[in-house]
Formats: sequence, structure tokens, C-alpha cells
Amino acid sequence: MKKVVLALTAVAGLAATGAQAQNYPTRPITMIVPFAAGGPTDVVARIVTDNMSRTLGQQIVIENVAGAGGTTGITRAAQSQPDGYTIMMGHMGTHGAAPALYPNLKYDPTKDFAPIGLAAGTPILIVAKKDFPANDLKGFLDYMKANAGKVNMAHAGVGSVSHSTGILFNSIINAKPTLVAYRGTGPALNDLMANTVDYMTDQIVNVAPQIQGGNIKAFAIATPERSPALPNVPTTKEAGLPDYQVSAWNAVFAPKGTPADIVKKLNGALVKALDDENTKKRLADLGGVIPTNAERTPESLQKLVESEVARWTPVLKAAGATAE
Amino acid sequence: MGDLVSNLSLGFGVALTLQNLGLAFLGCLVGTLIGVLPGVGPIATIAMLLPITFGLDPTGALIMLAGIYYGAQYGGSTTAILVNIPGEATSVVTALDGHEMAKQGRAGVALGIAAIGSFFAGTVATLVIAALGAPLTSLALIFGPTEYFSLMVMGLVFAVVLARGSILKAVAMILVGVLLSTVGTDLETGEERMTFGLPFLSDGIDFAVLAMGIFGIAEIMRNLDHTETRDVVRQAIGRLLPNRDDFRQSYKPVLRGTFIGAALGILPGNGAVLGPFASYTLEKKLAKDSRRFGRGAIEGVAGPESANNAGAQTSFIPLLTLGIPPNAVMALMVGAMTIHGIIPGPQVMTKNPTLFWGMIASMWVGNLMLLVINLPMIGMWVRLLKVPYRLLFPAILMFCCIGIYSINSLPTDVMFIAFFGLVGYMLIKLGFEPAPMLLGFVLGRLMEENLRRALIISRGSLETFIERPVSAGLLAVAAILLVIALLPSIRKGRDEVFTE
Repeated sequence: MKKVVLALTAVAGLAATGAQAQNYPTRPITMIVPFAAGGPTDVVARIVTDNMSRTLGQQIVIENVAGAGGTTGITRAAQSQPDGYTIMMGHMGTHGAAPALYPNLKYDPTKDFAPIGLAAGTPILIVAKKDFPANDLKGFLDYMKANAGKVNMAHAGVGSVSHSTGILFNSIINAKPTLVAYRGTGPALNDLMANTVDYMTDQIVNVAPQIQGGNIKAFAIATPERSPALPNVPTTKEAGLPDYQVSAWNAVFAPKGTPADIVKKLNGALVKALDDENTKKRLADLGGVIPTNAERTPESLQKLVESEVARWTPVLKAAGATAE
Repeated sequence: MGDLVSNLSLGFGVALTLQNLGLAFLGCLVGTLIGVLPGVGPIATIAMLLPITFGLDPTGALIMLAGIYYGAQYGGSTTAILVNIPGEATSVVTALDGHEMAKQGRAGVALGIAAIGSFFAGTVATLVIAALGAPLTSLALIFGPTEYFSLMVMGLVFAVVLARGSILKAVAMILVGVLLSTVGTDLETGEERMTFGLPFLSDGIDFAVLAMGIFGIAEIMRNLDHTETRDVVRQAIGRLLPNRDDFRQSYKPVLRGTFIGAALGILPGNGAVLGPFASYTLEKKLAKDSRRFGRGAIEGVAGPESANNAGAQTSFIPLLTLGIPPNAVMALMVGAMTIHGIIPGPQVMTKNPTLFWGMIASMWVGNLMLLVINLPMIGMWVRLLKVPYRLLFPAILMFCCIGIYSINSLPTDVMFIAFFGLVGYMLIKLGFEPAPMLLGFVLGRLMEENLRRALIISRGSLETFIERPVSAGLLAVAAILLVIALLPSIRKGRDEVFTE
């Protein structure tokens, strides 16, 4: 008798989960954005979820949990119930560079998540102060060789996109500039415009207006193709530095153990949002690159995370060792 | 000049449409109501209310957001005056004399002069932005790390002048504040400092947490100490609006505060925080009887509140003309603009003139709305003081907890305000003042980071601080101020601590 009851409960339980996944979502979904409201990742999250909410028939509420380069929010999201009602917007830093930067990281980007899909790629540009005595990437590299020890590179703080991508850039061109840290991209750009520091690498959304306004110089964009927002800026390949390919991507993840049906539903809503003309336009206005169909699957996102962790770890560890 | 008039009329054409007027009103109202919750300053308010602007066109959305910003800023001053809880750095100064005024039954006068001073400052600042916004932009670029460090040194001297008790205790408190500001991840190296391995300390101590604990919670504990005095406060409500005498005392501080605040607001890296402190210091130095300060001097509210609002407004200049946000609130505005498809930058002025000038015009409209909303509400706020304290304090405590939790969604923040409350209570009992500590905390981090940045760029040469003329000038002013501040204390001993 006892066995029967157990079996019945088990069946009932299964049915209940099945029904849950089928009806999902029945209440609002929380998306944890691990950065302050208003930053580039937050903006991408709000644009994408705006459309996803309509597809899912439930509101996706953004919760900004900032701190420790985004790892505070992702740690919390990773430990939440894997029921599809807590998802997160991860990015290049939290799911690529973090393991190298934070030795006590409480999650493993490759193991502790159920990837949903890539939301947008944000190209990285190499920019310099207006008075920099070079006008293209080649001239810049020559100047760096001739003036080693004199050049300052700005970045927006350890763990920021500009920091990681700047270190990668320096390791590729084999330069050791003096690093000057700022609290955020705004102050760093301010000093770049004032000719106080020499160069930096950062996301297109942050630097494009200043390039268009002639306040700073752009040497190259680290993507395979030029950006429609900055058609005059050559790619790193065109400028002679094909090895420097980097993007500050943003992607949606759920905690590990989220039912496959729910992952599928969320992925479907994300893909639909990325096909929506208005969403596409809003992302493109920011200089964002819409992922191709092949890049939108959970499987390809898992591969991306694995390759990013493998790529950043040695570069950042090496830079950390030489920083002492 | 003709340009200015035609630009402004274009702007007012946009700002005065029925829809945009309504949005400005709504933004100011909602901002005031949320901002008045203890601990919920402009940043938290804008972040919370950002989604409600999504359905609007960009201009309308920005007008509403700007309204929320002013509303929250003003709401923060209301809490500072009524319950001695400054929601952010700029209202710390308002709490000093504003809350004393409230204790003397002059809460309405304090709130009134704050609203009127803010309106005047806002009007002037709007004109400054419209007329001089573009040329003033270059000022932001003159201020590099070297100049910034020297400015912060000058700011710390203000902190010494600010203190009303023993100068030794004041200096000690400033240093404790500076020390507290060094907790967290080091910016240059990424190493954690003084965090004891606790993850919630890795980003340092949040200003709102510190201020709410040290001022707010400690104040509640002190009030529970002697309920009798509190009940006296509640009976003496007094006049609701400033009278002619109050205006006579206030108009000069308002003028001076507006000027100081507007000038400092343009600087990058949150120069606006210095505005109210600088204004307070100046008023205290100019006053015939400086002992009145800290005991409910109306100049101590009028000047800093005007400086606060002027700075809040001119800090839009770097954002509007360069697209560079000078502080956290403006960074949030950048996000709001990008969500609405407008990427702030030098081109906004030429590409979207209706948005640019509409927003500037709406600043003035927003300030007018604030006055319209707040003057009638003063009566309501003041009546809040009549609520028996045994009913009021649990409500304040609860709102503090909700407010602080809503900023970062961290339970540890709530526990931290309790901890800092205890610390603050002990400090009051021992005769130490919290205001210099908060200023030390705000300036400490800026000072350290800019010092290191300047030295990194100069490759370790200290001469950079004297070689650069602006920096040298600021350091000279700081030295002179310090001598003026110290001289009377050496000669005749400083004003004793206010004991109850």
C-alpha cells in the first residue's frame, strides 16, 4: 500500500512538473543584471526583455545586483531556484574573465549554468587621445615601440571590459604601458578627451559618440566587419592586427538544473526578440551585433563560455603576475 | 544672445506642451514621494522608476526622469530636515541646521526656505546651462587627477571648519571617515583591502548605509533615550512658511550658495558634493555670530540647499554637451537616454535640438513644479512630526530597512545600518560629530584615487601638484583656509560642543 502511495505521489509530482513547464510562465520572471542600472549590459537586458516579455505573456522584471565586477549578482542568480523564474544576463566578464580575476569565485561559468542564448555582441574599439602623434594603428604600434615606458593606458577598473580587453591588446602587441585605473568608463573617457591619458580599449556604445564628435581618435574595431555606426573605422584585420578579435558579449543564462522545456521556451522567446525589427534596430543603434542563427542556441553559448574562459585565464593571469 | 532666446523659445515650445508639462509634474511628484523615504536617494529612485518611462517618447521620458531626479533630490532634503536622515552626501549639510530648526518647531520654515532657495538656484542654473553650457564644457576637461586631488584637499579643510566642537575630535572623525573609504577592492590593483574576506565588503561601504546608520538609526536611539524632549518638539510646530525676517537672513546665502554650487557642479567626478559643504563653510565664516550654526541657523539651510540644487543642475552640462556623466546619477541618465535610443554625446545638441533645448527648458519647469508641489505639502510633512514618537519611530525604522534594501538588494546592508547606528550612538554619547566623518568618507576615496592617478601619470613626481597652475591655486586656498580656521581656536578656544 505504502509503495502504491509513493508511486502515486511520484506520478502526481511528475505530472505537476510537466504541467508547470507547459504552463510556464505563470508569474513574472526576475532577470538579475549584475551591473548598475543604466550600464551597457543593463541597457541590452532591458531592450531584449521588453520583447521577450510580450512573447512569454509575463513581465520579465530586471533586478540590478551590482558588485565585484558582476560576480555578486551572478553568484546569487546561480544559487537561486532552477525553476525558470530567475534568469540572468551574463557577459564576457562574468562568464569569461571572472575565474582568472576572482580566485574565490563561487561559481564555475562552464558548469553551474543552463545557457539560454547569446543576446548581443558589443564590438571593442582601440581609441586614443585626440593629440596622439599617430593616425592609424600602424603608426600607433610604431609609436608604442619607440616610446615604451612613456605611454599611459586608461581603463575603467580591474575586472571591467576595458581592463580585460586592454590587457589582451597589450599582450598581443607586446607592449607594457602604465595602467591608469578609473572608476567607470565616464571618468576614463573624460581624461582621454583632456589628453591626460594616451589610449584605451572599450565598448562601441561608450566611445562612438566621442569618435563621431572628433574628441578622440579610433584606430580599429576588433570585429570581423566594420560597424555601420562607424563606417570609417577599419577592422583590426584591415589595420594589420588580425589576432585582436574581441567582443563584450551579453548572454542570457538560467541556473543549472532548469528544466529543458523551460530553457527551450526562454530560448524561443529570445530568438524571437532578436528577429524583431524594432529590437534589432534598438540594439544596432547602440552598435550591438545581432547573433547569427547558429550563435543563438544554448549549445553554442556553452561552447562560447568554454572558449572564453580558456582564452582569458592565461592572458589575465600572466598580466597579474607581471603587475607586481 | 538672439540665439539663446530662439533656442530657449524652441525649448519652451517643447516643454510646455500639455503632455510634457504633465510628465514633468508626475516625475517631480513621484520623485518627491519616493525620495522622501529615508535612504532612498535620487539614484535608487531613478533606477526604480526607470521602467515606467519605457512607453514614452524620448523627450517626454527624459523630462519625466529629470523631474524624478529633482523630486528625489528635494525629497532627500525633506527627510534630512524632518528626521535627520540624509539620503545622500549633499543633504548631510542640510541635516545639520535643518533638523535643529525642526526641533525648535521651525520645520516648516526650513522646508520652505529649502524649496524657495532651490527654486532660485534652479532658475539661475538653467540660465547658466542655456547660455554657457558649451563654453563651460572645457572647464570639465581642465580638471585632471592632479587638480582633482588638490580640490579634495581643499574640501577636507572645509570639514575641519565645519566642525563645531573640539578641533582634535573633528580631525579624528575626518580621518576615520577617510579610513572607512579605503575599505573595499583597490582600484589600481584589484586587491581587497580591509574586507576581512567578507564578500559584502569587497565593493566598499555604501554611502547611504553609512549615513543612514550614523545619522538616522543613531538619532532614533538618542530620541528613545529622552522621549520628553521629543514630545516638546512635537507640540511646538510654529509657522509653516518663512517670513520677511527669514528672507532677509537668507537671500545672501542663497545667492552665494547658487554661485558656488553651480561652479562646482560642472566639474567631473562628482565635484557637486563639495557645493553644500563649501557653502556652509562660507556662511559660517561670514556670519556675525558663527555659534548659531549647528543650532538651527537658517543660513545653514538656505545656502547649502541652493548650492545643492544648482550643482545638481549644472552637473547636466558635461552630460548634455559631452555625453560624459560626471557622477553616478548622471551615469544612470546616460543609460536612460540610450534605452530610449539617444546616445549622449557632443552631437545631441545639433542632432536633436528639440530634445536638448526641451530638456533644458523642462529643468526650469521641473523646478517650478517642485515649488508648486512642495509648498502645500510642507503642512503635511510638518504634521508628520505630530505623530507620537512611539508610533513614528517603528515606521521610520521600517522605511529605512526597505529603502536600504531596495538600493542593492543586499540583506547585509540592512544589518550594516544597525551596526553603524550603534557606532553613531556611541559617537554622539562621546561628543564626536558624524558630519566631518561623512565628508572624510566621501572625499577620502576621491582623494586617494586621484592622488595615485596623478602620481602614476607623473611617474611619481610630487611637483606635478605645484607645477599645474589650477592645482597650485587650489592648494594655496586650502592652506589659507586652514590657517583662518585654526587661528581663532588657538587664540580663544573653540566653541564648545552643544550639550543637551
